[in-house]
This record gives sequence, structure tokens and C-alpha cells, in this order.
Amino acid sequence: MSAHSLSIRDLHASIGDKPILKGLTLDIPKGEVHAIMGKNGAGKSTLAKIMAGHPDYTVTSGDVLLDGESILGLEPDVRARLGLFLAFQYPMEIPGVTIANFIRAALQARLPEGEELEATDYYAKLYAKMDALSVPRNFTSRSVNEGFSGGEKKRCEILQMAMLEPSYAVLDETDSGLDIDALKIVSAGVNALRGPNIGMLVITHYQRLLDYIVPDKVHVMSEGRIIHSGDKDLALKLEAEGYDWVEKQFGESGIKAA
Amino acid sequence: MSISTTPPPENGTSNRWPAWFRKEQQEAWELFQFLPQPKRNDEPWRFANLKAIDLSEFHAAAPSQDAAALVARSSAHTDLAAKLVFANEVLVHNDQVGLPAGVLLLPMEEAAKNHEELFRKSFMTSDVRLGSKKFAALHHAHLHSGAFVYVPQGVVIEKPIEIWHWVEGENATIFPHTLIVLAEGASATVIDHFVSSRDERSLAIAVNDLTLGTNAKLHYVGVQEWSDKATAFHINTTEVEKEGVSTALQMNLGGAYIRGESDSHLLGEESRSVMLSINPASGTREIDQRTFQDHFAPRATSDLLYHNALADSSRTIFAGLIKVEEAAHETDAYQKVRNLMLSDEAEANSMPGLEILADNVRCTHGATSGELNEDELFYMMARGIPPKQAAQLIVRGFFGTVLERLENEPLHEHLGEILDRKLGF
Repeated sequence: MSAHSLSIRDLHASIGDKPILKGLTLDIPKGEVHAIMGKNGAGKSTLAKIMAGHPDYTVTSGDVLLDGESILGLEPDVRARLGLFLAFQYPMEIPGVTIANFIRAALQARLPEGEELEATDYYAKLYAKMDALSVPRNFTSRSVNEGFSGGEKKRCEILQMAMLEPSYAVLDETDSGLDIDALKIVSAGVNALRGPNIGMLVITHYQRLLDYIVPDKVHVMSEGRIIHSGDKDLALKLEAEGYDWVEKQFGESGIKAA
Repeated sequence: MSISTTPPPENGTSNRWPAWFRKEQQEAWELFQFLPQPKRNDEPWRFANLKAIDLSEFHAAAPSQDAAALVARSSAHTDLAAKLVFANEVLVHNDQVGLPAGVLLLPMEEAAKNHEELFRKSFMTSDVRLGSKKFAALHHAHLHSGAFVYVPQGVVIEKPIEIWHWVEGENATIFPHTLIVLAEGASATVIDHFVSSRDERSLAIAVNDLTLGTNAKLHYVGVQEWSDKATAFHINTTEVEKEGVSTALQMNLGGAYIRGESDSHLLGEESRSVMLSINPASGTREIDQRTFQDHFAPRATSDLLYHNALADSSRTIFAGLIKVEEAAHETDAYQKVRNLMLSDEAEANSMPGLEILADNVRCTHGATSGELNEDELFYMMARGIPPKQAAQLIVRGFFGTVLERLENEPLHEHLGEILDRKLGF
């Protein structure tokens, strides 16, 4: 654990009475990209929502530290302003709220009381990021995600990330619903944001995304825990051989046998 | 003396209005006295707060003390065809720089004198049938002035005409009126602003008559920003001839008690009336709206969309009727009211209605009520937007979807800014 990491410590969480996370530990240092892979139902998306502070989930023990400070007691908006970003698997549609106004409100919320966002600079930056992500400029006046294709929604998630410049980003199944061209654009957008000032956690079901966003580390999640970690070659092995071997070797039954 | 016991001046010293109109005013006064005050069991007043329409404490308005200041405050749109400002029903500013030739923009008494036929043809010619006939009669009896807009055949006014109606004085009463006549193929945008000079209790009984000839196009907006202590009636009649398109929006941004009545007559084939309303209700505000989409001719369309956001212990009533008369085949009528409930203490009443006497028509109506969507809130908070601002943005968006229906980008933007200011952005 370091002062420059997003650190998840022995996290247990549940929805209602049902435990979902059962002692998950993970450390994402700034400057690195980590991937979490796992079968459907492993709890991957739940982990993302819990980190962001979704009210439906209860953390029963453990901690999540952002640069050494616990964020578990904080509201979702406070966590976001501290530098945590979640790219949603299913971004919400917000009728009547334009993308430009939405992102402006998010940036405005990060300014000290009484300070106003400078409109000209804002639009210049917004247009530059939109161009880079091949998001048409007229999208600024469209309602957030309303009537967008799957690819457009995901590009707009990355656009928001680019504008908000988080110190840690969790990308929840950003590849789902994308064709190969959209995947390339989104991946290029993510890669452009990589660097020493950001740590990323990429959650995915398929190895395909990791061909484009090459991770520093790959973790396998099963039944609410990280059961195995490796380098990027682990993803290739999972793709070729499936999850059964890793669950057998490192999963709950494997641990008990050991 | 209460406005409800004050007769209009018999002949008075003024001859502002022509004699025939003064006679009408006496008749209207008699009608006002004759008609009973609405009662609990009257259908058009179902759920209504009848205490709020007791007019006994309101009196006639005295002339404004500082009209120049009100003119200075009458500033919204920067690029206008014309602007009229009324302070307590007295025309105090008249700027007509951008009006095409042939357009008439006059104080009503002048129009009644000099354009009698035109005036008579469209001034309060329809029966007020949504409940406020008595109050419309009082309006007629006491009418002092108002705006008369006539756009001749084929003339298109690109920029908006802005009309300001100010009220000033504790318990003062005013009777704002806007009468718009578009001849065949004419087109115009008119924005009525209803504003209180101070944070005072007041009464306004406002009437607008919108008359659209064949293939005429009108955008009409009422921006209602009365003080939070005000009582107001807004009574609208819209008549649309063949292929005419009326798009009318009422934004109720102020007032303690607002009664709105909007009556659209689709008279000509393929005529269209779009009826929109934006109603942010908070505190103890009550907004009571009654609507009528009356289809007389084949293949006409009407499209009503009312959005109410209710905070605190505010209250709304919506009662709307779509009626398809026998001849109105292939009518396409749509009516939707949505209530966004922001508080457990708020109360929304919705009564949609249909009456169909023709064959082969398409009518849909519905009312929905819902709370803030938790997933939308979480999504916005996950971007760092505090919950209060997130809720405001969602409400702004909820109203924004109504503004989009104007299908007039500059007008949409302009009204969006007014809304932003009112909602505290």
C-alpha cells in the first residue's frame, strides 16, 4: 500500500443479506493500468459500484483508500471530486440535460465556491477532446446519452474522463457492446490518458479489450475475491483456456485443498 | 374598494375606448355580477382551492410610481422586432424598430378605435368555457389597455415581439391582454412577460386571444414571473385555420395561486396546435390548469405537453379534454402531463379526458407521476456533482424536454436562460 495508489483492503460488501465481495484486496499504483477479469457473476461490476459509493451496497468490513485516505464514509460526489472516476457499463440517459452542461456542472463542482468556469477555455478543451475521440461536435447540445448508440455512450464516458482528469479511473466493461472500430477509438482515447498521474482499473469479461489497452497487471476475480494475479500474458491464457483451471487452482476449493 | 364591487366608469371623463366598447364593458360588468362565484361541486373547479379565488381584498391598481425603472427592468431578449411595456396597464414604452411594414402593434384601445372590424373579429369572441367565464367578464369590464398585434398576409416577422406586463402595489389588480391576429401565411413570435414590480400580493386576470389564419405560424410564450404572493388567472383562446400552426408555451415561474385555462380550436383542415407548459412549483404554490383541444376539422393535430416539478408542499391540478367533433376525421391528438415529485408533501392531481365523435382518429393521453431517478442521481454524483445540483440539473432537463418542442432554436436558448436564472444556475 502506498500513498500514491488506489488501495482496496480485505473488502467485504453485500446487497441486502447477500454477500458479494468476500475479502477483496487490490492495489493500483498511480501510473499503472490493472485489469480485472472474471466470469459473469464474479462481482466485478459490483466492485466498481462500491468503490464509487453506490447506495444499494453495504460495506461490512475492509477499506478503500485513495492516496492513503479512506473514502468509504464519503458520498459518491465527494469521492469523484477527490479524483475517482467510474466509467459506467450502462451510462444513464438524462433527458434534457446537454452533454456540455453536464460536464460543465461536473467541472464547476470542482472549483472553489464563488469561482466560475471560464466558458471559452472550457469549450476549446471540450471540442479538442471530442475531436480526439471522434465525437461529433454537435453532440454538445444533445441530451446526455439519450438516443446514443452503445459506442457513442462509451465514447462519451471516456470524453467525461478526459475532461475531468481523474487520478484514478475504474472502467467497467467499457468494451461491452462495441464493434471493433468503436473499440479501437475508445481504447485509443483511454491510452491517450495513460501516464504517471493516473491509475486505471479496467474491468472486462473478454481479453479482446486488453489487446488495445495493454495492462501492467491482470487479476482474476471469482466469488468476490481476487484469486490470482499475473502480467498481461495471464489474460491470453484465460482467453485460450477459460477460467476453470484458475478457479480450480486458486479458487475457494483450491485454497481449502492447500 | 374591492375590484369585485367596482363598476367600470360609466362614460367617465376618458374617451380612451370607443363608445361601443364602453357599452360592452357595462354588459360584461353585469355578466360578472350575474355569474355565481365557482363552488366546490362545479366540475371545472374540481380540486381547486376556492379560497384562493376570493377577490374581495384586491382593488384597482393606481398608476405606477416609477414607470421608468420598470422600463429599465424590462430587458430579456436583446434582438427584438419590437417591445411594449405596460406598467399597471398603462403603456409606458413603445419601441418598434424592427417591425416590417404593414404590421400593427398598438395599444388595444387604439386598435378598437381605428381598426374596429379587425378588433371585433378576434377580441374575446369565444365563449370562456373552462371555468373562468366570470373572471373573464371582470377582465372585459375593467380592461384599460393591452397589446394588439396584427400581421398582414404573407408577412413574416423573424425576430420576437416582446410585451411586458408589470403590476405594482399591494393588493393591486391588473387585466393584461394580448390579442394576436395572423393573416394568411403570416408568421410571428410573441413573448409576453408577466412581472411584479415588488414582492407584493396582487391580482392579475390576463387574457390572450391567438387567431391564426390559413397557413399562419405563431410562436407564443407567456413567461409568468409574478411575485410569490400573487394570484393570477391566465385565460387563453387559440383559433387555428387551415394548415396554420400555433405553438404556445406557458412558463409558470412565479405566483402563489395560478389558474391557467387554455382552449385550442382547431378550425381548419390540417391545422396544428402545440400546447406546452413548464411549471416549477415550490413553497405552497398552487398551479391549476385546465385545457381543451377541440378538433372541428379533418386531419388537424394537437399536441399538449405539460411538465410539473413539485417541491415542498406545492400543489398542481391538471384537467385536460380532447374533443373530436363529428367532422374531424383523421384527427391526431396527443396529451401528456408529467409530474416530477420532489417532496412527499407535494400533491399533483391529473384528470385527462377524451370525447370522440368522429371515426378514424388517433388520440393518446396520459398522466404520469414519478420521483427523481436514483440511478440518474448516482450517475451525476459519480461525476462529482453534489446531490442538490444534480437534482436541479435533472429538473432543468425535465423542463428542457418541453422547450425542445418549440422547434425554434434561438427561442429555446433564450427561454432556457430565463429558466436557468429562475432555477438558480
